[in-house]
Amino acid sequence: MADEATRRAVSQIPLLKTHAGPRERALWPQRLKEEYQALIRFVEQNKAADNDWFRLESNADGTRWTGTCWFIHELLRYEFRLEFDIPVTYPDTAPEVAVPELDGKTAKMYRGGKVCLTEHFAPLWARNAPRFGLAHLMALGLGPWLAVEIPDLIGKGLVVHREGQGSNQ
Amino acid sequence: MNRLFFQPHQAGLSKVEAAEHTLRNINPDVSFETHNYNITTMDNFTHFMDRISYGGLEEGMPVDLVLSCVDNFEARMAINTACNELGQIWMESGVSENAVSGHIQLIIPGETACFACAPPLVVAANIDEKTLKREGVCAASLPTTMGVVAGILVQNVLKYLLKFGTVSYYLGYNAMQDFFPTMTMKANPQCNDRHCRRQQEEYKKKEAERPKVEVVEEEEEVVHEDNEWGIELVSEVTDAELQAASGTMPDLPEGITVAYTIPTEDTASGATVEETEQSLEDLMAQMRKL
Repeated sequence: MADEATRRAVSQIPLLKTHAGPRERALWPQRLKEEYQALIRFVEQNKAADNDWFRLESNADGTRWTGTCWFIHELLRYEFRLEFDIPVTYPDTAPEVAVPELDGKTAKMYRGGKVCLTEHFAPLWARNAPRFGLAHLMALGLGPWLAVEIPDLIGKGLVVHREGQGSNQ
Repeated sequence: MNRLFFQPHQAGLSKVEAAEHTLRNINPDVSFETHNYNITTMDNFTHFMDRISYGGLEEGMPVDLVLSCVDNFEARMAINTACNELGQIWMESGVSENAVSGHIQLIIPGETACFACAPPLVVAANIDEKTLKREGVCAASLPTTMGVVAGILVQNVLKYLLKFGTVSYYLGYNAMQDFFPTMTMKANPQCNDRHCRRQQEEYKKKEAERPKVEVVEEEEEVVHEDNEWGIELVSEVTDAELQAASGTMPDLPEGITVAYTIPTEDTASGATVEETEQSLEDLMAQMRKL
């Protein structure tokens, strides 16, 4: 159940063509290229819409991804590291995105900082696999989660602004 | 798993370690091998498939059966992928997010539906979700529901391994209404998992090659070679006596009956004790003198 803005943003992200997971030696590199293509396009679109909110990069074989995401709340910028592994059943199952710094601070998270995507994301991914990729995971999975949880955590004092993180002009 | 056996003195141990300790105390003759890792990552998945292929009773042989007792969709899909690829028979089990329903499922790659053949099944709850959901919490948990599901899973395993009773392909449990639906689901020829499709082809080939066996039920008459003494089997109680001793049968649904019935007429006949002037103490003294 994404809102209008999210749905519009997602519709601009190109869909992926190759149905291959990390165990498929021949086709995985092709899928990896398509992932990067979609992610680059998505980040460019975000920048153009003045809503640049994450960066991602992977190891050489594309099985482990790390990056940062940030969230602007009341003119202050909050930054978080994120990470995930590509599961063997990808792209039929989505990776479990983890924000380790927030581990234990919210009920909407599993041990290790894995973001709970069951309600709002898992059925959506199941219906659109394998055409959805990591860009869609960011847009429909992590994005909405941050939008709901971060303001709540800030309000409860569980997340505080770190000096030097910069504020929004 | 942790709700069924983890005890406070085991705090700090991983689930599988605590499980091994508890189970080893119950039966030291069982051999255990524990691994605590996320099976969805590339490295661990390869090791996981290895252990299925070679970790049987005799090292180097495959296991006989895999039981899935995990709590998330991704892990189940990983197990499904491994078993489809290896042609490994397994049983999947689970409890719903609202903790008031659960199920077990027997999966034979190629013959029955695999876990990816259809979207996840849900045992219909027939309840208003609003009475169950709490704000800000994703999942509920009831060790009682889990205990019931664990029980029916192991029961199904015993029937499968020891060949008695009817092994259920799918058995659901609706805790709210105490409803246990059963069913079978055929494999989906358009399953997303290509190994499932491959197993289906192989199964069809094997079925075509199998000779058709006529199942004829014969009632065997118990006959002995000789009966030198002319022994006959006769009921100790006559038909008339049997009738008199039976009462009315209560109206019961199919599958339930009574152990015995109680007749309406008083069948106990005979002399009763006499009236006596003796006191209790007198009778006790009389007994002691005997």
